[in-house]
Amino acid sequence: MTGDPLWSIFLNACLINNFVLAYFLGLCPFLGVSGQLPTATRMGGAVTFVMLVSSACAFGIQRAVVALDVPHLRLIAFIAVIASTVQLVEMFIKKMSPALFRALGIFLPLITTNCAILGLALFQTNKGLGFFECMAYALGAGAGFTLALVLMAGLREKLALERVPDVVHGAALSLVLAGLLSLSFMGFAGLGG
Amino acid sequence: MTPIEPERPDAVNDLTRGLWRDNPVFVQVLGMCPALAVSNTALNALAMGLATLFVLLASAVVVSALRHVVPKQVRIATYILIIATFVTIVDMAIQAISLDLHRALGAFISLIVVNCLILGRAEAFASRNPIGRSVLDGLGMGIGFTFALLSLGAVREILGAGTLFGLRVLPEAFEPWVVMLLPSGGFFTLAGWLLVFNAFQRRRQAAAGEVSP
Repeated sequence: MTGDPLWSIFLNACLINNFVLAYFLGLCPFLGVSGQLPTATRMGGAVTFVMLVSSACAFGIQRAVVALDVPHLRLIAFIAVIASTVQLVEMFIKKMSPALFRALGIFLPLITTNCAILGLALFQTNKGLGFFECMAYALGAGAGFTLALVLMAGLREKLALERVPDVVHGAALSLVLAGLLSLSFMGFAGLGG
Repeated sequence: MTPIEPERPDAVNDLTRGLWRDNPVFVQVLGMCPALAVSNTALNALAMGLATLFVLLASAVVVSALRHVVPKQVRIATYILIIATFVTIVDMAIQAISLDLHRALGAFISLIVVNCLILGRAEAFASRNPIGRSVLDGLGMGIGFTFALLSLGAVREILGAGTLFGLRVLPEAFEPWVVMLLPSGGFFTLAGWLLVFNAFQRRRQAAAGEVSP
């Protein structure tokens, strides 16, 4: 437990230490899926959900690992749980809402290798957060990821209509945009104490 | 240095492919999360590169050795568990060698598990080729990754602090660009290197007569 209020943890994960723009976590979907606004929003929603579930699981695992005194198994347990959570979410969505399942498509299984999820589990363990603090942290991280993805998608939709030199096309241009976004997010430093 | 090279033998090709032509970071744009996160000094970048190289090499050997045993349906889960095992070893080794370094790299050592480069090579190469070739491929990709990390880290440290590996290379009068040490500096540096690589590749293609310049 850190004793910080929950809203401060949420703001911290969402804006000040944004997972994508300050910690460089989840860059692959950030650059890969941010071409269009609707896809970006859906991807953000799915990632936030998986973050919440796996954060709760990671909290339990950490307790078990400490109780059994097997720290070398922590990483393996985390990644196994995340992979199965993603699998579970995939089956659940497929059963409950086939339309949403089709809309998400290939991005759903790819969440397993999204470093933001494992990063979240590791950071909350390192910080020693309590259960509700973990939930606030996961929600903030998910909201921050979605925010970054949506902002980036908005920029790239504009950019698709512009004429740019051939040599900067593709990843280089996206990275410059991400750098500018990251620079502007630094303005949030100090917010929320 | 043409994009297609038919006459080079396989072994040399396996090794050199990752170094330059298919460089994991600059050409394939894989494994960027650690590449940007820990490349604020050259030393961190080198350590991260070597750790990744070890995991890449070791997992290539095991995945390749088990390629006829692992059932198709659970192969990705198996690969991830193999990789996670080696990452745990590296994590503990770094902790034993230098606690400062372990603190500087933080959670990013554990995050090697989800480096798409390692899983990508396991799935695309090691699971389909004999051990010898997989080792060469892992070595080439690992060295290419280390090289990319080092070139990012060197640029960021020289411009951001005026030093390289902690030694001063720029005169005292040089005003350090603090932005290079911040997250946005990582994005800008990588974008700059990608531009250089793009320009090189276009010139090479133009020279080969594939695309008009």
